Amino acid sequence: MLTSLREIIRYRSLLRALVARELKVRYKRSFFGIAWTMLHPLMMMLVFTLVFAEILKVPVEHFTVFFMSAYLLWNFVAQTTSWSAGGLLGYAPLMRKVYVPKAVFVIATVVAGLVNLVVSLVPLAVLMLVVHHPMRPSLAFLPVSMLLAAVFALGISLLLAPLSILFADIVPIYQIVLTAWLYVTPVMYTVELVPARFRPLVDLNPMTYFVELFRAPIFHGHVPTLSTLGTASAFAFGALVLGWIVFDRYSDRVAYHV
Amino acid sequence: MAPVRPAPERPVVDVRDVTVRYRVPHERVPTFKEFAIRWMRRRLVYQEFLALSQVSIAIRGGESVGIVGRNGAGKTTLLKVIARVLRPTRGTVTVRGRVAPLLELGAGFDPELSGRENVFLNGALLGRSRREMRERFARIVEFAELEEFIDAPLRTYSTGMVARLGFAVATDVEADVLLLDEVLSVGDFAFQKKSYDRITSFLKSGATFLLVSHSPDVVRELCSRAIWLDGGRVAADGPAGEVIDVFTGSAPAAPDAQAAGAIAGE
Repeated sequence: MLTSLREIIRYRSLLRALVARELKVRYKRSFFGIAWTMLHPLMMMLVFTLVFAEILKVPVEHFTVFFMSAYLLWNFVAQTTSWSAGGLLGYAPLMRKVYVPKAVFVIATVVAGLVNLVVSLVPLAVLMLVVHHPMRPSLAFLPVSMLLAAVFALGISLLLAPLSILFADIVPIYQIVLTAWLYVTPVMYTVELVPARFRPLVDLNPMTYFVELFRAPIFHGHVPTLSTLGTASAFAFGALVLGWIVFDRYSDRVAYHV
Repeated sequence: MAPVRPAPERPVVDVRDVTVRYRVPHERVPTFKEFAIRWMRRRLVYQEFLALSQVSIAIRGGESVGIVGRNGAGKTTLLKVIARVLRPTRGTVTVRGRVAPLLELGAGFDPELSGRENVFLNGALLGRSRREMRERFARIVEFAELEEFIDAPLRTYSTGMVARLGFAVATDVEADVLLLDEVLSVGDFAFQKKSYDRITSFLKSGATFLLVSHSPDVVRELCSRAIWLDGGRVAADGPAGEVIDVFTGSAPAAPDAQAAGAIAGE
């Protein structure tokens, strides 16, 4: 693992080029450009606020901030992992021509997602100002939250990327999984609202803790509890180790397939 | 068939017992759904194709080795395994030192980007830093003779210009091991002469050298040793002249691997 890490550092100029390309390709040819990163969560917020705060009457004050603080983090993990699930396939012709440490492609996707996450904090800040939600010093904790979520997203991405090359329908299957996953994550409801018999489902869900890492400092105005932080770290590094093992073992088959 | 001479040093390229096996499914099974259905019905039948079969080659520093053989004999697969593009199904490959793979020139070239941007992108794909590429940039462009066109998009280049640029980037490097796959026929006659000179200057600097070529004359001239691959196996390994003679003599008929292998032991 250490030699692979050293190799990835040697290919840092490729990593930079790939991140730049991911960001450029994503916004090229779109009228709003980078503004999409900010508009997308705002639109989702309008829809979900209408349904959950107005129609279903979820008893949360400042539902917009409550939702956004969790949804931005959710969106980061969901998007980077699904990009990675399909993304390696596009680089397959290249990988049959020249040796490149293949993890670089996955890492680039996660870094590009991280840039998007930081950009999408701008509309969140505007929203907080508009609805007069207090901004507390606990916001300084966000870099730690983002880093842990990125480690988790990288682990899941490494796990999915080789699968997408073996089976072409992993991407649509994963899309369905993601939709179900969103609804068992307390993004649009609080953990307290979940009936006792469904609690284990929420408690065993890693995303519950990552979402909380983001929501606590933004919405509740305090740093996450130690148990949340510990559980999230365990999930993050557990996913990374598992993903690394699978990726290391199967990513070399790319050259044989397709 | 152990080498009689004791190796004076550790080999620079050490290919040990390498097997590359492609599995070709009878019908394509590209989706998980189909895979699951077939698997349940126990109908996953693969056709196996051995591109390389238990190949062992040790190359010492400074040797220049030509690889000959007919189409589909595994020559390119062997170079790909050494360049780490392909991980062998079985066996190990150890390379000591920096490798310059000249297998596919201009990997990752993007037609929409300018020549300049492509030089940096190609360099990044070969694992070189931006600073290193900046230092080498002027020399690369000069060698490729593309000073006037370097800021034009690559799609406006002719095939020969693209190939020259790829060759210039790939060879502007300090390498211990050079892998070449039929790339000496790039560009027009004058450029071929230039690239030939560059390759021989690598040879003089003591670099180790592996070359795949269909031209026996090129191997005879550039290489001291030759390996004849046939059907994924080493059919002969020895001084270039002798191996070439056996190989060219065998060309039309089905080669007898056992008999040819005899000279390998010498």
